[in-house]
Amino acid sequence: MLYVLKRVLAVIPVLGIVAVIVFLLLHLSPGDPAALIAGDTASSDDVERVRQLLGLNRPLHEQFFSWLWRLLQGDLGVSVFTGLPVAQMIGQRIEPTLWLTFLTISFAVLFAVPMGIIAAWKAGTWIDRSLMALAVLAFSLPVFLIGYLLIFGFSLGLGWLPVQGFHSLSEGFIPFIRHLILPAVSGGLVYMALIARMTRATMLEVLGEDYIRTARSRGVGNTRLLLRHALKNAAVPIVTTIGLGIALLLGGVIITESVFAIPGIGRLTVDSVLRHDYPVIQGIVLVVAAVYVFINLAIDLLYTVLDPRIRY
Amino acid sequence: MKRATFLKSLLPLAAAIVATLGTAPALAQGKVIKMIPGGDLRIIDPIQNASYISRNHGYMVYDTLFAVDSKGQVKPQMVDTFQLSADRKKYTFTLRAGLKWHDGAPVTATDCVASLKRWGAKDVSGRLLMAEVASMDVVNDSTFTMTLKEPFGLVLDALGKPSSNVPFMMPARIANTDPNQQITDATGSGPFIFKKDEWVPGNKVVYLKNPNYVPRKEPADGLAGGKVVKVDRVEWIYIPDQNTALAALTNGEADIFELPQADFIPMLQKNANIKLAADALGNQGWLRPNHLLPPFNNPKARQALQYLVNQEEYLAAAGFPDQFRVKYCGAYFMCGSPNETMAGAEAFKGQNLERAKQLMKEAGYNGEKIVVLTPSDPPVQAAAAMVTVQNLRKIGVNVDAQAMDWSTLLGRRAKKDPIDKGGWHIFHTYSVGYDVVSPVNNAYLQGTCDAAPAGWSCDKTMEDLRMAWAREGDAAKRKKLTDDIQKRAFEQTPYVNFGQFFWPMAYRSNLKGLIVTGIPVMWNVEK
Repeated sequence: MLYVLKRVLAVIPVLGIVAVIVFLLLHLSPGDPAALIAGDTASSDDVERVRQLLGLNRPLHEQFFSWLWRLLQGDLGVSVFTGLPVAQMIGQRIEPTLWLTFLTISFAVLFAVPMGIIAAWKAGTWIDRSLMALAVLAFSLPVFLIGYLLIFGFSLGLGWLPVQGFHSLSEGFIPFIRHLILPAVSGGLVYMALIARMTRATMLEVLGEDYIRTARSRGVGNTRLLLRHALKNAAVPIVTTIGLGIALLLGGVIITESVFAIPGIGRLTVDSVLRHDYPVIQGIVLVVAAVYVFINLAIDLLYTVLDPRIRY
Repeated sequence: MKRATFLKSLLPLAAAIVATLGTAPALAQGKVIKMIPGGDLRIIDPIQNASYISRNHGYMVYDTLFAVDSKGQVKPQMVDTFQLSADRKKYTFTLRAGLKWHDGAPVTATDCVASLKRWGAKDVSGRLLMAEVASMDVVNDSTFTMTLKEPFGLVLDALGKPSSNVPFMMPARIANTDPNQQITDATGSGPFIFKKDEWVPGNKVVYLKNPNYVPRKEPADGLAGGKVVKVDRVEWIYIPDQNTALAALTNGEADIFELPQADFIPMLQKNANIKLAADALGNQGWLRPNHLLPPFNNPKARQALQYLVNQEEYLAAAGFPDQFRVKYCGAYFMCGSPNETMAGAEAFKGQNLERAKQLMKEAGYNGEKIVVLTPSDPPVQAAAAMVTVQNLRKIGVNVDAQAMDWSTLLGRRAKKDPIDKGGWHIFHTYSVGYDVVSPVNNAYLQGTCDAAPAGWSCDKTMEDLRMAWAREGDAAKRKKLTDDIQKRAFEQTPYVNFGQFFWPMAYRSNLKGLIVTGIPVMWNVEK
């Protein structure tokens, strides 16, 4: 418990450093939201007036402390473009990203773990080589290409699934799942390949251990041997890979979100960066950094469940 | 009950629940039109922001006092009747009866005066008009007057201005906001109501039919006439990836694709379920030099840019098929518009690289670095910049093509600094025909120095001519002034027209009554 508390408290300075770096990077990089808001035909005076109204003409330290003060009160600010609260904008986008991440990683694990186990069990055979070739292929193909191919085949060709968009679960399960199948598969193939290779490598190592040989000599069946004896002991690196995959997906589903027009956090990040919408970018980075830290914490805690020898 | 039997009995119930969950939203929404807009609506204030997406939002939510029909004629819209005094200095406008804001309050003359003042502080035509207005006075709830210092020939043209910034009418409580401060309340009196609670910036904008809207009796014609709404809901679905947008239209998930990438056009033309439609005027490409920095502070260097441009080269690079581009248009005010003229154009027709090289030399150019802002994202601007860079190099110019995204470019071009402090020499953009067709609303023609858009053209003669054009009521004299203005434009070259092109909208063939004006308006259309 003390460990958990320590880890949670350690998040605060991490987020503080992230906040300072992001703020400085954004404000020191070229680009001017005031010019973008004032528009194509605006005069310099118009741009300057917009800058004043947004408070962007104030000294950098003043802007930073003003933002920090609001942040300490739980206020992430408002978008300089839409005028909407940053928390609301992130809230609108978090659901699609969470569902997409969940389904992507579920798809990946569902196929990758059996693939890795079978490949390790049949190491050196044509089954192993075929599965690993498939994994290499899935890992090599860019996500956007897989996305376009899936759209071409399953949406435009067969007409089974929609091309784009997101429907919340509250709008009905069928539209919800129909809109997420193709994105989850296209994004999940890379992680499937990664987890399958990791599972195979770890399983191969474990299967060479003495206790496995002993279990086999005692007549333990293959299924029991693989799932109860080998997989359980190979689980720690696999779980680490899955955890990292979740963290990467939360911040990195931008390509999947763009190809399938899913309004998630990834697209909000890119849109905001392109427009220099400072409060939104700062809000997203803080939220994503916090999620990363907590996912890492969750993985660390899971280790103690999977391997009782691990203690903090 | 056996377990299998029990599970079997649950199947119809589960199927019914799934079916209900799957179809409920569609049943609730009625007739819906889904459009993939050309941009993402980020700013809901079409006065503060002149972007076309904010303007298009304005046409959904707001109404205008006057509007132009398909022939470019200005017609009353919210206005019922108007009179001009015998000395031509006083207009009296009376609003139509029954106009209401979305919150149910009546539209009043006070609201309209406040709206005009806010628009007049931002828009290029509005500023010209307001400079001539002595006062605007409310007579009663439905009538106001506009008193001019001198007779001004363009009052109705300005009030019926079709493109950015459009004089949209807003309630006075909103219109009293600083014109540079974004409004947050989109209450209008237009044919649709903005559903702010369903707005997801970067993804979706939702409009509902305004049940209290009172359309004019005349049939819809261009942006004028009766704005009769025949659907319940319009959704703008922003899809940043052009391939996905194309697939969504092809698959019937969207009804309209506002600005398909130019190289998709031939593919769309072959699809029997898709129609293409472009407005008659099209768009004009602009190469804008920085008038503050040498060598382009010298008109000869700017004229050199005229000789550098082969319009066909630019439009081909942008990907527009032959039938969607004008082979050559020398008119500053668009070919096919009432103000089209070739005055002054003949000397600059066609590319002449030798002449361009000579003029650069005469302007004092001696191999210094020329910075061309080269955007990576908007396809037309990106292609145009690459062509200019190539042609400048052909005439021996030392070009520094600085690549950046469009938003960075917008920030960068606002800098008046010298080159070593982040300044620039050339950037490219384009404008829809509506914003170019007259000396008054063509923003980049302005010679107002610091008050002019980035590039800061400073030309008092041009300003005098523009003002004379605006004041002139006689058509023949105005035509003469149009010619004079264009001749002056070629001499001074505030910008170079790199070509006129038509960017068609693609839509599903089951849509009827779509009004094609270059602005995606959603009244009159049936599905």
